[in-house]
Amino acid sequence: MTLVIKNGRFIDPANSLDEPKDILVHKGIIKAIESPGSISFDAGEKPSVIDAKGCVVCPGLIDMHVHFREPGFEYKETITSGCQSAAAGGFTSVAVMPNTNPVNDTRAVTEHILALARTEGIINVYPIAAITQKLEGERLSEMADLKNAGAIAFSDDGRPVMNNELMRRAFEYSKMFELPLIQHSEMLDLTEGGCMNEGMVSTELGLKGMPAEAEDIMVYRDIALLEKTGGRLHVAHISSKNSVDLVRQAKSKGLPVTCEVAPHHFTLTDEAVRGYDTNTKMSPPLRAIEDVEAIKEGLRDGTIDIIATDHAPHDITDKQVEYQNACFGIVGLETALPLSLKLVDEKILSMGDVIKKLTSTPADIFNLKAGNLSLGNEADILIFNPSLEYSIDISKFHSKSKNSPFDGWKVKGKVLHTLVKGKTVYSVNEN
Amino acid sequence: MFIHKNLLGTKSLSNDAITTILDTADSFKEISTRPIKKVPALRGKTIINLFFEPSTRTRTSFEIAGKRLSADVINISGPSSSSVKGENLIDTALNLEAMHPDIMVVRHALSGASEMISQHVKCPIINAGDGFHEHPTQALLDLHTIREAKGSLEGLNITIVGDIAHSRVVRSNIYAMKTMGMNVKLIGPPTMIPQGIDKMGVSVGYDFEGVIHDTDVIMMLRLQKERQSRYLLSSIREYSNLYCLTSKVLEKAKDDVLIFHPGPVNRGIEISPDIMRSKRSLILTQVTNGVAVRMALMYLLLGGKNDTSN
Repeated sequence: MTLVIKNGRFIDPANSLDEPKDILVHKGIIKAIESPGSISFDAGEKPSVIDAKGCVVCPGLIDMHVHFREPGFEYKETITSGCQSAAAGGFTSVAVMPNTNPVNDTRAVTEHILALARTEGIINVYPIAAITQKLEGERLSEMADLKNAGAIAFSDDGRPVMNNELMRRAFEYSKMFELPLIQHSEMLDLTEGGCMNEGMVSTELGLKGMPAEAEDIMVYRDIALLEKTGGRLHVAHISSKNSVDLVRQAKSKGLPVTCEVAPHHFTLTDEAVRGYDTNTKMSPPLRAIEDVEAIKEGLRDGTIDIIATDHAPHDITDKQVEYQNACFGIVGLETALPLSLKLVDEKILSMGDVIKKLTSTPADIFNLKAGNLSLGNEADILIFNPSLEYSIDISKFHSKSKNSPFDGWKVKGKVLHTLVKGKTVYSVNEN
Repeated sequence: MFIHKNLLGTKSLSNDAITTILDTADSFKEISTRPIKKVPALRGKTIINLFFEPSTRTRTSFEIAGKRLSADVINISGPSSSSVKGENLIDTALNLEAMHPDIMVVRHALSGASEMISQHVKCPIINAGDGFHEHPTQALLDLHTIREAKGSLEGLNITIVGDIAHSRVVRSNIYAMKTMGMNVKLIGPPTMIPQGIDKMGVSVGYDFEGVIHDTDVIMMLRLQKERQSRYLLSSIREYSNLYCLTSKVLEKAKDDVLIFHPGPVNRGIEISPDIMRSKRSLILTQVTNGVAVRMALMYLLLGGKNDTSN
């Protein structure tokens, strides 16, 4: 019932803390945060102890963009396996996208997901509901009902809202609920049949390109609509240089626009597609080096608010096919932390900033009671060793799917323990 | 020297490797003119033509090439790629490999299919065309035909005209021709010039008649009418007005310019019929040489030395 985490480097961005601390957790609640060695006990009390020497102790990570595939595509992932994958990656809260089958566009589906998460999920699951019914882009979903059932945002992720008036009305309508709309920004008429970034590499490989302008045009359209209507826009998995600039401009005007980036978009370029590994196929696609540099600058100057994985599990039957026929997306939960920590080595972000973009900032944007370790809060805690080197091994993933281009990569930053409400949901010793 | 396991594209071929293939093809060409057109070089070898995309000429050329070397050649039509997922090309390839072929020749409508198969099977793969990616044997037979007509390749100017974006022949030819020291000029409507191709060491333009005065070879590409997305062209008529090789256009070219086309020709769209029959057109020579080049490749991939005396 009582746990002490001692000797760790305690990083809690929400409280601007980065110093050695011991933490006392009792009945799942953070009861004390003290200088090392100064937490004392009564003689009879025998707390369990985690020695976090050399490790970072921080809030459990939050991923605002995952696909857990349940209901409908349980052969790729379930809420159970998705939560296990998240815990192994250091995440204690995730937001699940609505492109399930049936689509999460009604109260019943939202409640079903939350019920499954309560009984079978080992971490916190927040549903994102559809903007339009069945993701068809024709009629708004019942947003009031969905919010009451527990939806924390709306998105037609993977199926961008193409119709301009409908998107305008969605911004207007959603103002009532003060929830953000998350857009997968892609003008579909510019990307039809495409399967990678358009550029020299797509030309060499003979694959139809998806031009960056397809993303930029929709980002601009949404900002233009929002400026008039109000509401809130969160740009999902930003990947292009010009889109980063557009978000930067919108923010400088004071518009309520936020955005996220996926680790693969600051780690890889379209050069990775050579060899036709279908685990390099995702939407938006891996872009050119100029885009990756612009994303890093956007992370550095705060234009890009958060890191989110777009964890998109696909079974090998959906990936071991011709490149053009392969499904879009890769799993990300179990590689996000080490890939994000590369930004610290590259001096793009401080350790505290990386953790902030994975904890308190997403919590603030989506108004979640998570992402900080203030006294009295639930003890959702991650303990990781930032300097421990290891090789990524997809066969060890807890996700049902293994579709990652990072197999065999040597990385630094290993998750040792993940705690939800003070309870260990992942421990490296048991895996 | 030829030490490649597969022939997936021309990008990875050195000047030496290409020269070896062309020299070997030279020595094989005569076999096809004998009364008995067969040598025992590949006797007991099995070659599978695995064609996921319909093809008459290329498949026949590979089949004849194998048979003239005494290999057993089997033709298989794989499920066409546009078909359902679940029909896995890797499974198809692994099943065929289990019967111990010595070479698989793969044609597929989607880019990367041959390379993907090569990552899963042990036997040599010859790419007979994958999507818009590469068609290396076509480029090699083009080079063979040019070298035969001109004596050497170094320094020659070639102008390739038409739908650059959707041509695997172009990509293979660019790599191979650059490697052999040729200057490559690409001509076509801007909608058919793919992004970034200028970074492959070629020059790009839109004006056909303006550039052909110094060209040694004109290669006209097939307009893949069935593959055109509706926005690429205003009409076939206008395309033809701008890019059809007619005697009027040809007046501006050198007298000894060579005319190539990878076939099949859309007569009157890419080339006017009278020019197809002119002495300068080597379109049928390309086809003839295709057999010799493919014989050479099969022979070299199976460990043959550049020596046909046995």
